[in-house]
Amino acid sequence: MVDEVTKKTLAQIPLLKTKAGPRDGEQWIQRLKEEYQSLIQYVKNNKDADNDWFRLESNKEGTRWFGKCWYIYELIKYEFEVDFDMPITYPTTAPEIALPELDGKTAKMYRGGKICLTDHFKPLWARNVPKFGIAHAMALGLGPWLAVEIPDLIARGVVIPKDAGAGDKS
Amino acid sequence: MATITELKARVADLERQLADALQTKSAPNRGKITQMSAEVVDSNPYSRLMALKRMGIVENYERIRDFTVAVVGVGGVGSVTAEMLTRCGIGKLLLFDYDKVELANMNRLFYQPHQAGMSKVEAAERTLKEINPDVEFEVYNYNITTTENFDHFQGRIKQGGIGGDKPVDLVLSCVDNFEARMAINMACNECDQKWFESGVSENAVTGHIQFLIPGETACFACAPPLVVASKIDEKTLKRDGVCAASLPTTMGVVAGFLVQNVLKYLLQFGDVSYYLGYNAMLDFFPRMILKPNPQCDDSYCKKRQTEFQAREATRPKVQVEITEAEVVHEDNEWAIEIVSETTADELAAAEGDQPELTKGVRVAYTTPAPTQGGDQDATVQDSGQSLDDLMKQMQGL
Repeated sequence: MVDEVTKKTLAQIPLLKTKAGPRDGEQWIQRLKEEYQSLIQYVKNNKDADNDWFRLESNKEGTRWFGKCWYIYELIKYEFEVDFDMPITYPTTAPEIALPELDGKTAKMYRGGKICLTDHFKPLWARNVPKFGIAHAMALGLGPWLAVEIPDLIARGVVIPKDAGAGDKS
Repeated sequence: MATITELKARVADLERQLADALQTKSAPNRGKITQMSAEVVDSNPYSRLMALKRMGIVENYERIRDFTVAVVGVGGVGSVTAEMLTRCGIGKLLLFDYDKVELANMNRLFYQPHQAGMSKVEAAERTLKEINPDVEFEVYNYNITTTENFDHFQGRIKQGGIGGDKPVDLVLSCVDNFEARMAINMACNECDQKWFESGVSENAVTGHIQFLIPGETACFACAPPLVVASKIDEKTLKRDGVCAASLPTTMGVVAGFLVQNVLKYLLQFGDVSYYLGYNAMLDFFPRMILKPNPQCDDSYCKKRQTEFQAREATRPKVQVEITEAEVVHEDNEWAIEIVSETTADELAAAEGDQPELTKGVRVAYTTPAPTQGGDQDATVQDSGQSLDDLMKQMQGL
């Protein structure tokens, strides 16, 4: 259900151990530290593999996350804003990652630009509570989504390179 | 140029339209009714409901005015649920939703095209107040799963009842995603609040309702999601296509089941279903009770389970003696009797340790037993850095 490359990527992301959500005080701070450590390692791995594809940061409380992700298709880089809220039920439920600027452009999204995950994401997440964190959600959720959807959006002309748009005007 | 006859006809037509419009506008909203009456007259909106008493179904229908129900999610199922409760004369409704009405919602019931762009709770409140001005409303246009709203949401469950210092009588979950259901589950387990869950599958052909009593029946986190065999290859569903299909029919059926069981619970008639499924492809309705999981992931669920068991232990045992009349055949010369080949115990042993499920329902996945320290190498180790350091490091990448 998960391809070999994803499996390998996944295996290299450090797992988490503290089961705590945004309402759990000190425990949540501990969880946040683990989240950041795991994310930092994942971004480093991506850089090493020449596959750097996102940046994320959060507010002080770690309840709201935002950043950018990008996808390179036919040598052109397409960049999108990413954001999501930490649900109070985290980490029992995964965060709902959103690309707000693509809202309404593809059917594979829920309102607000929350990406539609495949059938196997939720069972896989549920089996790995609390070991999976944000880095895993990015690797298993957003990564594969971009790989499938962005080429299609480009082919349909719904997503155009940002520079090209500026070039047309001049 | 139009002739005078044509113009006259046009004027007459416009006058008629104006009169029509004025009439609809001037149709007076009925005033509030202080006492529900059983009098059978055309002008009494409650006569057919109060007739339930005369028919011997409900003992005291007027009690419905004392009850408060919170509806979380007023989409395809929630809006119809709220309308049914409003028409039944419920005392108070609390509505929660953060969505806006869209034209894409028009394949479902309740909302109308001219409401597009309005927040769902506001649009619903307006329509419902017009239908029944006796119902009290409290509406909240926010997402209950975020940290800043969850506490307020829980506060309204605890103090949202009529009068303001008692909890609501029931919470109805009519949301469309797992995260929101888990949030309601968390809130209700903490507040010891009875609630109903409802749902329609993303392919629009199966649905269910479930009655959750903290500690007594399974909470939403107790069992992994169950899948009702849908007679469709599940793999073909999601990949290429829209995320969610919906039908007004399935949603109407589920809303009907939900409110029917709410009424049965509140007004104490009939048997309340603990779990009722609906498979539209086969018109199959599994019904069962789900026991709580002693190893549930939710600590409050486990706490409620202990409390429930303590209550059960102290409750005087009511011995219901069912005396079945012995079936005696007029003649049985050779004393023939029917005896089962296997005992119930033998059957259970052969089946092994399985959750009690109704026919047609299977477990979607199982959770592996927790490993003891097996993942040590792959787990993040405490690096001694503070959260600020880590945040800076992330930003600096």
